[in-house]
Amino acid sequence: MMTFSPQLEQKFAKMLTSYPEGKKRSAVVPMLIYAQDEVGSITSELIDEVARRCEVTPLQVDEVVGYYSMLHRNPMGKYHVQVCTNISCLLVGGMELYEHACKKLGIGHKQVAADGQFSLEEVECMGACSWAPAVEINYDFHHHVTPEKLDQLIDGLRKAQ
Amino acid sequence: MAELVNLTINGQAIQAEKGTLLIEVARQNGIEIPAFCYYPGLTLQAACRMCLVEVEKTPKLQVGCTLPVADGMVVHTESDTVRQSRKGMIEFLLTNHPLDCPVCDKGGECELQDMTFRYGAGESRFTERKVHVDEQQWSPVVYFDAPRCILCYRCVRVCNEGIGVGALGVSNRGVISEIVPNRHDYLECDECGACIDICPVGALTSGSYRYQTRPWEMTHVGTICTHCGDGCRTTLGVRDDKIMRGNNRDSSGINGDFLCIKGRYAFDFVEHPERLQSPMLRNAAGEFEPISWSTAFATIAETFTAVKARRGKFGVVGSNHTTNEENYFLQKFARQGLGTKNIDHHRTGDLATFFDALSGKNAALATAGDLYTAKAVLVVGADLAQQHPLLSYQARANFRHHNAHIYAVTTGPVREDNQAIASVRVAAGGELAGVESLRDKLKAEGDLVIVFGDSIQGDGLRKLVAFGDSLGIPVKYVCLVDYSNSRGAFDMGLIPRDGGMSIEQMLAAKDLDVLWVVGANPLKNAALGSTNAFVIVQDLFMTETANHAHLVLPAASVYEKNGTVTNVCGEVQKLKQAVKVMGTKTDLEIMGSIAKEMNLNLGIWLPDKVFAEIRKTVHGYDVSLPVVDTGGAAPTMPLNGRVPALPGAIQSAGDTLFTSGSMSRYSKILNAVIESPGGLYGGKEPEVSAQSPTASGQMPGGTVQS
Amino acid sequence: MAKKLYNDPSPLETRILSARFGLENSESLTTYLAHDGFKAFRKAREMKPEQIIEEVKTSALRGRGGAGFPTGLKWSFVPRSSPKPKYIVINADESEPGTCKDRLLMEYDPHQMIEGILIAGLALDAHKGYLYIRGEYRYLIDHMDRAIAEAYAQGYLGKNILGTGFDFDLYTHSGAGAYECGEETALLDSLEGKRGIPRMKPPFPAVAGAWASPTLLNNVETFSAIPAIIRDGGAAFAALGTPKNGGTRLLCVSGHVNKPGVYEVPLGYPMLKFIEEIAGGIPGGKKLKAVIPGGSSCPILKADECDIPMDYDSLAKIGSMLGSGGMVVMDETTDMVKVALRIMRFYAHESCGWCIPCREGTTWLRKILQRFDEGGGRHEDVALLGELSKNMLGRTFCALGDAAAMPTISIVDKFADDFEKRLARDRQMVAV
Ligand SMILES: Cc1cc2nc3c(=O)[nH]c(=O)nc-3n(C[C@H](O)[C@H](O)[C@H](O)COP(=O)(O)O)c2cc1C
Ligand code: SF4
Ligand code: FES
Repeated sequence: MMTFSPQLEQKFAKMLTSYPEGKKRSAVVPMLIYAQDEVGSITSELIDEVARRCEVTPLQVDEVVGYYSMLHRNPMGKYHVQVCTNISCLLVGGMELYEHACKKLGIGHKQVAADGQFSLEEVECMGACSWAPAVEINYDFHHHVTPEKLDQLIDGLRKAQ
Repeated sequence: MAELVNLTINGQAIQAEKGTLLIEVARQNGIEIPAFCYYPGLTLQAACRMCLVEVEKTPKLQVGCTLPVADGMVVHTESDTVRQSRKGMIEFLLTNHPLDCPVCDKGGECELQDMTFRYGAGESRFTERKVHVDEQQWSPVVYFDAPRCILCYRCVRVCNEGIGVGALGVSNRGVISEIVPNRHDYLECDECGACIDICPVGALTSGSYRYQTRPWEMTHVGTICTHCGDGCRTTLGVRDDKIMRGNNRDSSGINGDFLCIKGRYAFDFVEHPERLQSPMLRNAAGEFEPISWSTAFATIAETFTAVKARRGKFGVVGSNHTTNEENYFLQKFARQGLGTKNIDHHRTGDLATFFDALSGKNAALATAGDLYTAKAVLVVGADLAQQHPLLSYQARANFRHHNAHIYAVTTGPVREDNQAIASVRVAAGGELAGVESLRDKLKAEGDLVIVFGDSIQGDGLRKLVAFGDSLGIPVKYVCLVDYSNSRGAFDMGLIPRDGGMSIEQMLAAKDLDVLWVVGANPLKNAALGSTNAFVIVQDLFMTETANHAHLVLPAASVYEKNGTVTNVCGEVQKLKQAVKVMGTKTDLEIMGSIAKEMNLNLGIWLPDKVFAEIRKTVHGYDVSLPVVDTGGAAPTMPLNGRVPALPGAIQSAGDTLFTSGSMSRYSKILNAVIESPGGLYGGKEPEVSAQSPTASGQMPGGTVQS
Repeated sequence: MAKKLYNDPSPLETRILSARFGLENSESLTTYLAHDGFKAFRKAREMKPEQIIEEVKTSALRGRGGAGFPTGLKWSFVPRSSPKPKYIVINADESEPGTCKDRLLMEYDPHQMIEGILIAGLALDAHKGYLYIRGEYRYLIDHMDRAIAEAYAQGYLGKNILGTGFDFDLYTHSGAGAYECGEETALLDSLEGKRGIPRMKPPFPAVAGAWASPTLLNNVETFSAIPAIIRDGGAAFAALGTPKNGGTRLLCVSGHVNKPGVYEVPLGYPMLKFIEEIAGGIPGGKKLKAVIPGGSSCPILKADECDIPMDYDSLAKIGSMLGSGGMVVMDETTDMVKVALRIMRFYAHESCGWCIPCREGTTWLRKILQRFDEGGGRHEDVALLGELSKNMLGRTFCALGDAAAMPTISIVDKFADDFEKRLARDRQMVAV
């Protein structure tokens, strides 16, 4: 059995009551993503725990984990840098921005830097098309990002630690 | 009668029941609409898109596997557009398929190969790199080769819906979607292999069959599985007198697609090196020495004649695995040839009381088919999924297809709980009270099949039948017995009637002169009281009893003989010899030869001749020959008239999905599964616990409602 | 505090749904109430359910999620009298490339959408709503949770709303990264805790949707338009647009324009005028090459096809779609091979894998385009791209397959030159 922070436990308790009677399975996806944020990745222990809480088999959770692209079986960096290269971003330098990020962080798609601080992902459209190119670091959006601006962002985060 | 509609398919005027799926209507009329994901009886997927057809007045191609027929529909299944679409689908499918047909197990009987041949293109325009994943072993019997998989989801559905286990799922998405086992990298399941057989391609392969042969090198012999009382038909693939595989490839018989692990894999005891292959006589030093068959027959005939002449005491123990013909012949031999009433077999259900209680009731014997069609099924004191996998499967299918009401009154959680409208947990002995608590619900059912285990015997059994009678609805029964011909052994009269001795009495007797054991192991956990008894054993392997014997005869197994067997529901089915094991003889031939040596006239000992006699003389066995001869299951009639109670114990074998007495001990596959981490019950009794995932909790009244 | 908007508004907009964008504390219930908030709900509770639905029909509002299905008609399909509970599901998955409007509607004016949902609840006798928000919009989930809490606190959600005896509970639900979960039935599976695999239709969600109960599923913007429709009347809303294409909608313009952004205009607004005057024209005086009118699923338009009014029917007439309102503008320097490749990479990544043609087709197309882009193109590839796309079109389980096929077919068809140029360049490189 796993326990989470009091805040998360509270969230989960509320979550499990928000679906109709007997439909706890509905909490699987949100529970996984919130738990991942706290635990760092989707471990098999976490899968079993979510299965237990949502009254499904671990396989049913496992299937879900493989499907959603934001769920990771391996830990990402403390700062997960997601650069969009989809069409709107592509047209205004998204690809160059992504390549710049690779160089800056010294890693590629879905890789984690050696110090575990940063990870990088080339992502699909994330709903920032009119303010492209866009980057999302963890859950924070950054718009009209230029290579220089990205450097500043990353350097700022590095310094903050 | 459902409403009929008129439609045309390819210009052919067709009448069909409204709402039937187009793909079925077409097939019934000889028009093949190809499909991978569509599988009769399983939920619809509409995923493979092979069945797209043209329906006039609809702009897009329509999905034949999900489209209900309607009046006036005009369908084209072979138009240019349809053909082009199919060809396109196959081309898409083959892009990531490894095309390793020359070495693939499925080559020659692969649906993808056949479809490509029939509808596809000889050449692919795909020149890119294929997605590759290494082959994985998920259990001793299940291997998975992902690149061959076409994602038709048949395996996932058969496991989930058909078997009720749900051990397979799908992970990832898009082109890297993959079938995955429930324990991440291995399977924890019934190991039934249904997923392997239902796979249209060679993605799921069997641990025992893979890379062993080409399908066309085998002959296929349809016979009956010898492991439990359910009597599933299994088709044995045979090459050079070796059974290569078991499956039910033509979905014939009472089990359709179903087979459990034993039916599908546990034929390998046949070729176990410890099979007895020569008659053996204990020599002066007390050691077994091979002797010739003729010496063996002469020795036995001599002993039998002498003991009979001096009115000595015979004990005859028959088998619940041998054929009806053999059982019939054995009791005739005992009664007429040896003049003894001391004949019995290991009884696993109280059939005597059962038939007595049913006396005078017509149509009270449920067939395996009835479990699929009854409005309600009540399971009392039995774990069907463990001990009667086919019956469990039937009830589950009935629930899925007809919304049948399933009830379970058991001491522990059972798989039926997942479908049950009411599950009642009782302490051992409390079964009847549990049944009584369901009275009002059961009374409201249209009809009912009651299936009960050996905890219901004697008076309890009478009470259960009286309970059924009092419901005021049609009720049928299945009295569970364990082995492949337990039912036949009873029906053929391997029972101590008219004052004969039961097994226990024979073993206890101090003055037994001969103990003749045909395919049984009474001394497994018991001692023989008489020190002077000459013990003769016919069996496949050295058993505890054989170890006590003076003379041991190597017998042929069920897969090595012809004849008939009667399943737990009283349905007669035909066996067909698949292989021959050197040195062995069938029990019938052994008995016939002894009779001949003794100059007894017990009739011709050919299976067909004996069966003809059975049909004439055994009550209820005047069954339809065409049904039996064409591989069908012919129901027997219940006995009418009083059946006296019998002495001796009734005890079920307590086998599990992975065991069936000594035969299973000699099956490498079963042993491998028992030792692997994945068998759902690890070959052991399932744990009886309210915390098990199948039990939704124990309520104060002991009733779990869902 | 007045929040700085993501982009400056244009004086040419007709701001109905975005009327409160830019107001101080626009996201608060207090602001909302001070600016017409809940007037429509108060009006709706005096109306018969059929009247509400009739009003929505009159408005000629069409779904803003992509397919443009008439909203009033959809509402009328939900069996109000069903004994089963009825659910309202709000599609805030917003994943169609080029689209970023639902974000603003929730960020700046969450209560407008909530009011629209409540009105739907009144019309359909539904008492529970689930707001399915894509996982990447975590800040918006938190934001909506706050707005919902605020509404509960002031009696605009929960039991006996405003003393009407009407109960309604609204919950947020997070996705976790899957475009396919925007497809309505895949969304429902996802909401039920499963892989986002689309469902067979029929039954339609209106009859058997979430947890097999009747379910109304609409896009964020669709719900956000409801208060204005009820408040000012369906006819007034309809009058803003063109026949059968009622009202205004938020268009997200991106790509090669001087003022990319989200702008609200009436349906039927001329596309070229929109690009030139509202979006500020193309930077550097370059020429227009192509426009994706409503998100990456829509067939692409060549510059000479762009002189049209932007409404569902006009775009359908020239073989494209208004989709989700994600307009991507491309100037003459744009390399269509790269565009086609990037679009196909997206669909191959997002295909759920359920059906053969989409699963295998998208990946095959992606691989061909990738090879082509990397200089390994062959002459016959161009025809193959079109043919394979056509083998998917209309034959997949859900519309994602079409969404992948349509832009490809239109690109190879309309911009075959770009592919030829690449081949010529490749040949030259080999020659050198
Ligand atoms: C592949 C696919 C993705 C979709 N994604 C979205 C989406 O992100 N948001 C959305 O509102 N509708 C999306 N849709 C459309 C929905 O299926 C549905 O039509 C819509 O949400 C209904 O709401 P509306 O009638 O208000 O437009 C998508 C459809 C498809 C086929
Ligand atoms: S078109 Fe097929 S594979 Fe693609 S997303 Fe839809 S169902 Fe899934
Ligand atoms: S059989 Fe119809 S889609 Fe597969």
